[in-house]
Amino acid sequence: MKVRRIASPISEEDARSLRAGDLVSLSGEVLTARDEAHLRILEMLKAGRELPFRLEGEAIYHCGPIMRYDEKWKVVAAGPTTSARLDRLAPEVVRRCRPRLLIGKGGMSSETLEAMREVGCAYLAFPGGAAVLAAEALPEVLDVHWEDLGMPEAVWHLRAKDLGPLVVAMDSHGRSLFKEVEDSVKERSLLL
Amino acid sequence: MYPPSLIEETVVRLLRDSECRLPPDVHAALRQALANEKQEMPRSQLLAILSNVDRAAERSVPMCQDTGLPIFFVRGRCDHRILESIRKGVARATEEVPLRPNTVDPVSRENFGSNLGLQMPPVHIEPADQDHLDIAVLPKGAGSENWSALRMLNPSEGMEGVRRVVIDCVVRAGSRPCPPTVVGVGIGGTADMACHLAKKALLRRLGSRSDDAALAALESQLRSQINSLGLGPMGLGGSTTCLGVLMEKAHCHTASLPVAVSLNCWAARRAFAQVHPDGRVRFSQEGFD
Repeated sequence: MKVRRIASPISEEDARSLRAGDLVSLSGEVLTARDEAHLRILEMLKAGRELPFRLEGEAIYHCGPIMRYDEKWKVVAAGPTTSARLDRLAPEVVRRCRPRLLIGKGGMSSETLEAMREVGCAYLAFPGGAAVLAAEALPEVLDVHWEDLGMPEAVWHLRAKDLGPLVVAMDSHGRSLFKEVEDSVKERSLLL
Repeated sequence: MYPPSLIEETVVRLLRDSECRLPPDVHAALRQALANEKQEMPRSQLLAILSNVDRAAERSVPMCQDTGLPIFFVRGRCDHRILESIRKGVARATEEVPLRPNTVDPVSRENFGSNLGLQMPPVHIEPADQDHLDIAVLPKGAGSENWSALRMLNPSEGMEGVRRVVIDCVVRAGSRPCPPTVVGVGIGGTADMACHLAKKALLRRLGSRSDDAALAALESQLRSQINSLGLGPMGLGGSTTCLGVLMEKAHCHTASLPVAVSLNCWAARRAFAQVHPDGRVRFSQEGFD
């Protein structure tokens, strides 16, 4: 399968051109955000405050990395976390902040998929646990926000270079590979 | 008794070994899975996983950023001081390996940064009359731990009920615990004991069989049934959904049939040490016979 190289920030048109089943590698800017960061993003926006970073057109990475400070911050290990944990908060974050890429593992709910369809956002699956591969493709730390949330929950602003293999597992046209596999698994399990 | 500094040193080494190197049996099972998969999607996931494992071992860095909560199992003659030595070892390993600081207050979500906290790390001590001290560590990530299951079955549901609980747990967890998983099952005991047994089962070598003939048969039946589901590596489809099913049992109340399931991600990390009174320490990631 041919691997397509993409860069973030990415336009709506380019994000919508990604189709479920495509293999891509990503270069450019990536911002990590997990449970606590999602909560704070919504809290601030609801209070009418401005976020200290920009998410429109960007890639949100569901990841709580291991970082090491040695004169400057370095990524030690940075595989994806379970994206489904963020399903409670992600639809609103996607609609309000308009990121064009979500990166994680395991896929997300049909509610999140619907928000992605509206906004023009694709979900890229990185192999869970492949933290050293990911760290090698995240050679630069541009900034860190909300360090008070702790190392895994802070927002790390990183630069990616050929981050992959990434599978377009949910696209902005309503298709989810995870949902398709899950439906067939459920059906087979009833026969066992 | 054992010098506290020796225990602390051993704990640091156990954590470094378990986090940076996959046990040989798990590594072999993943290579076998790659050989079995024909489709490009599952192969791409397994190739990335195996290449990641090699890089982590070469560079001695954790293979997964979720270095988990380190669960300790201690067996032999020891006293209360061992808890302090283990805590010191965990705090040091958090700095030195390094491990991600994962331990937080469940209410305030405050993170002290050391992986220490109230009752953390968990340490299970089994007194035994033997000349050496066994220390095992099972670092367990939340991705798999969050899909743990406990069911209190009616005794009349029997082993067929147990089989159903395990299948349902794997189906419900789907892509989220990072398959291919190792499936630990605890049968019997009390509710809390069943959960403990399911965890303890994950210390066993892949391919080992339960001492109970009926459970050994159920282990292999469940393994092939789970792999027939088609969930595949990382839930993107394929013929490897689990690397093995390991069951442990304890006797239970005549009116109960507790069943607990503990899933482990493909990064099924573990390490064992045998500490001898003369200061010698043996290390292994597959246990000692």
